[in-house]
Amino acid sequence: MQAKTNILSLPIEEFVHPGTRACTGCGLAIAYRVGLKALGKETILVVPPSCLTVLQGLFPIASTKLPCLNVTFASTAAAASGILAALKVQGKDNIKVAAWAGDGGTSDIGLQALSGAAERGENFIYLCYDNEGYMNTGVQRSGTTPIGAITANTPFKGKLQQKKDVPAIMAAHNLSYVAACSAAYPLDLFDKIKKCIDMPGTKYFHIHIPCPPGWGYDPRYGIKIGRLAVETGYYDLYEIVNGEFKLTAASEKLVEKRKLVPVREYFRAQTRFKILTDAQIEEIQKQINAKWERYYKKGE
Amino acid sequence: MHIIENGNVAAALGVRLCHANVIAAYPITPQTPLTEKLSEYVESGEMKAEYIPVESEHSALAVCIAASSAGARSFTATSANGLLYMHEQVQWAAGARLPIVMCVVNRAVGAPWNVWNDQQDSISQRDTGWIQMYCSDHQQIIDSVIKAYWLAEKVSIPIMVCYDGYILSHTYMPFDVPDQEKVDAFLPPFRSDYALNTEDPANLNTVTLPDVRMDVQGELAHGYMEIRYLLQEEMRKTLTVALEAEKRFADIFGRGNDPYIEPYRCDDADYVAVGLGSITYQLRVSVDALRKEGIKVGVMGVRYYRPFPDEAIANALKGKKGVIVFEKALSYGYEGALVSDLKSALYEHLVGTGTLPMVQSFIAGIGGRDIRTEDLTQTLRAATKSRVAKEPVWIGLKL
Repeated sequence: MQAKTNILSLPIEEFVHPGTRACTGCGLAIAYRVGLKALGKETILVVPPSCLTVLQGLFPIASTKLPCLNVTFASTAAAASGILAALKVQGKDNIKVAAWAGDGGTSDIGLQALSGAAERGENFIYLCYDNEGYMNTGVQRSGTTPIGAITANTPFKGKLQQKKDVPAIMAAHNLSYVAACSAAYPLDLFDKIKKCIDMPGTKYFHIHIPCPPGWGYDPRYGIKIGRLAVETGYYDLYEIVNGEFKLTAASEKLVEKRKLVPVREYFRAQTRFKILTDAQIEEIQKQINAKWERYYKKGE
Repeated sequence: MHIIENGNVAAALGVRLCHANVIAAYPITPQTPLTEKLSEYVESGEMKAEYIPVESEHSALAVCIAASSAGARSFTATSANGLLYMHEQVQWAAGARLPIVMCVVNRAVGAPWNVWNDQQDSISQRDTGWIQMYCSDHQQIIDSVIKAYWLAEKVSIPIMVCYDGYILSHTYMPFDVPDQEKVDAFLPPFRSDYALNTEDPANLNTVTLPDVRMDVQGELAHGYMEIRYLLQEEMRKTLTVALEAEKRFADIFGRGNDPYIEPYRCDDADYVAVGLGSITYQLRVSVDALRKEGIKVGVMGVRYYRPFPDEAIANALKGKKGVIVFEKALSYGYEGALVSDLKSALYEHLVGTGTLPMVQSFIAGIGGRDIRTEDLTQTLRAATKSRVAKEPVWIGLKL
């Protein structure tokens, strides 16, 4: 097993200029910065319209130091396939392609192209940064918005449906690598990218991204909230390597500890969940407990 | 080498001769035999290219956009609803100024479903910033593909090579397949000055403001409006570059003519029929028949629809008694797009000169309705006698 990267061994070279147009406390800014360090200089990026488009800046100034193709909303994975094909016919096999798309761009409008590319086995890394809504357009619900969350178009009742499990959908494509990460654990993201970078076919990353304006918390608490999602067992860090599921990092440790922080603490730290009643939270807690009972059994 | 093949194969051979090296396609009738042929060339090794069987037309053009941005000569083809499904990407390719070539095998659009030929699909993409070429036979298909790559790469504007589904795509006709050496002499290897690369990273198609903006060196960069203005200006200049393309092509291949229009018996004609694509060759038969009756009529095919060769068209029609436009598409609520554009060109160049011809408009072959030559002849004959109607007249309508 490769040595775990720590803050001292993280590469110094930056591929994101300081002073991006991201909101204060944006979780994506952390994941993007560390993710690009892991991807390295020989990488071409693909980005559909999303918060990242804003983060990257306005023409002619860009905050990203890597080549990047901005593409239409639904075409991220297809565009990545096109770049790969162009690199292949030019013999530039050393260059990696990485697509960064939001949760709407992945779980909703971009799912067809992503599924197509994954089925064809296109050799690139797809990173879905999941801030659980259409945050760039003003916080509307997406396929990955969790149940109970108030958004601009679920204004009073909150979202009534479950979050779409995109990593499971991608795992069903028999990918060599699927990972669930969080901006609150950037070194785990770094290590996972490094681990899979030379694996064949499409590699899928799902990154939980705390979003101060969309979730309703003081920007300084982003990491705390991201960690609470993991510590409560609500959002899990894991990887699926050639079909083998394994909890990783902080989630793996929770199996040893066998003690979850009550999910109420996660919900009550954000205004978007303010309409969740105690009974509803209790119901969600039961679901989390049942999921973790399965994890504990697996771990024995 | 002369061969007898169908129009789709003519297109595929053109793409192969041009060494397109990234091909992406999604099946739709009547485009399928073209892209099947290309997959055959690639799998057999006859063609060195990546063939990507994407999951949709939207993705087909996405692959071409990205491949072209990363330095590859790319190709796709589609028809009807496939083209409509691409529409967002069609606009994107033009805005990004990518020299993509796409064959549009013309077919009617739904609803209701119809797989037969008309030209509503490509005409509906008129305002997207693509160059549009229309072909009337198989020789024009293969030659147009070759010219299109040269021209697209010269002006950094994508090109649709349009030809009628079935009437050209599935019929067999003799045509000359140019020698590879000659095509290589005509078309230089693909180079993309602004291709994505890791040595000189660029962020392409980022959010661009309404107004100009200073870069980090203090130099002013274009705003969105400047970028779009340049697309228009350079599209108009393409009319001149198309002449150069035609001349180069004629020098190397020994055939070529007016790139904009294709007149037949127009010089002494009092009346000229005008159209896009294969219908203009069918009209030649009617013209010959009417000439025998002593009616001085000719026919003119419009080969570039965008940029619109307004001056060439106006000059060719100057002083004629009448112009009779036949179209397989319609701007619903008014008239055919071609006749509107043509009248605008005539007005622009001929108003006040006393040489403005009368213009009549006919709609034919919608959804593959059979266009009988005798109907065309009869329509032309009637149109030379008097104005049939102000509104476009639908030929063969059975109401």
